[in-house]
Amino acid sequence: MSKRATRISVNGKSHARVVDARLTLADFLRHELGLTGTHLGCEHGVCGACTVLVDGRSARSCLMFAVQANGSEVTTVEGLTPDDGLSVLQQAFVDNHGLQCGFCTPGMLITLTELLRENDDPSEDEVREVLTGNLCRCTGYAGIVAAALDAAKRLRGGPGS
Amino acid sequence: MKPAPFDYHAPQHLKEAAELLASLPNAKILAGGQSLVPMMNFRYVIVDHLVDLGGIDDLRGIAVGDGRLRIGAMMRQRDLEFSPEIARHCPLMSEALHHVGHRQTRNRGTIGGSLAHADPAAELPAVCAVYDAVVHIASIRGLRAVPFAEFTTGYMATALEPDEMIAAIELSLWRNGHGYGFHEFARRHGDFALAGAAALLDIGADNVVRRAALALFGVAEQPARLDAAEATLTGKVLDSTAIQTAAAAAWLVEPISDIHAGGDYRRHLAQVLSARALTDAARRAGVDL
Repeated sequence: MSKRATRISVNGKSHARVVDARLTLADFLRHELGLTGTHLGCEHGVCGACTVLVDGRSARSCLMFAVQANGSEVTTVEGLTPDDGLSVLQQAFVDNHGLQCGFCTPGMLITLTELLRENDDPSEDEVREVLTGNLCRCTGYAGIVAAALDAAKRLRGGPGS
Repeated sequence: MKPAPFDYHAPQHLKEAAELLASLPNAKILAGGQSLVPMMNFRYVIVDHLVDLGGIDDLRGIAVGDGRLRIGAMMRQRDLEFSPEIARHCPLMSEALHHVGHRQTRNRGTIGGSLAHADPAAELPAVCAVYDAVVHIASIRGLRAVPFAEFTTGYMATALEPDEMIAAIELSLWRNGHGYGFHEFARRHGDFALAGAAALLDIGADNVVRRAALALFGVAEQPARLDAAEATLTGKVLDSTAIQTAAAAAWLVEPISDIHAGGDYRRHLAQVLSARALTDAARRAGVDL
């Protein structure tokens, strides 16, 4: 029984596949569904690039098997992006130089999406603490932190939004 | 695909899980997977069968009663971190959980998984050590209760038999108004701690210590209670000198020495962090230091 019938809803669309038990959720998203916005860096839970939302909570998709997500609702970076243009958080990344090479960005966006849903006015410390789970080798994090705080302000409808 | 092939089992009931663990050769339990799956991806761990406990309702839940707190083994670390019951009755655990990995791993990681993995630098085993927790273990042979002091048996080793699983963790609560402190040192937030200390203090009238508990983690091969420090404090008036004297007992623990920190440095950290944890505990118990 190393193969299992698995049904996962990804970005609102249900997908049924028979998959190897050892297939990670990350590989399921990339190879089975072609959703290559979820990036794989270290594949052992350190870098955070592959972070997705599973039933609304951020999780490393390299540390979950697809069979574990059976019946779950998964959101990837593709699911954060509106049909036209960018989300408020994505636009804030552009405006604040929150990305350079972009490899870590999908995981950053997912992690910060979860944070901003739970806390619409995070402190810089809170942003920095939640970002300890996502590594960026380009930006030095300053632009990412600024983007997160800027997005929070825009989402609250504050001045400059 | 990174891990070696395996068969996957998702039992819905405790009995079914116990039967699978008793009958399947080379089986391993999958709890939150935040330590096991990295090891499987590296193929440090190769299993023939993975028994996922995620679907078993009996392994979830938080119950408070008769001065005891019972936590189902499959409770996610993040659920515990934000549980009002844990915050109210066991604030030390709430504080410790802030240091456990990252939000993304706490969303998946479980308390039972942390105990079974028994990493010497892990925070939740230290909380269990300082509380003298009872670990309830289930298998095809029934349930057994193991005091935490007998549960961890060495470096990443526990009293669990291959076909056993943790069902719940039970803590005896300290009275309302007790003090608690938790400090660790890591190079970056969320990294494995080089050393850490967890403290509980029950302070009576005139600042006399009625009861004290102090545990170190990340220092020795397993969480270590500092009996000498607790004995020094109990029955005495608490002041900063008493705390420094008690924290000095951290020197007695035989430290591990590795690429991350030498033994002497861990000893130094153990003393400093013990004093900080005790100081926090004293202040929270109302002692003006």
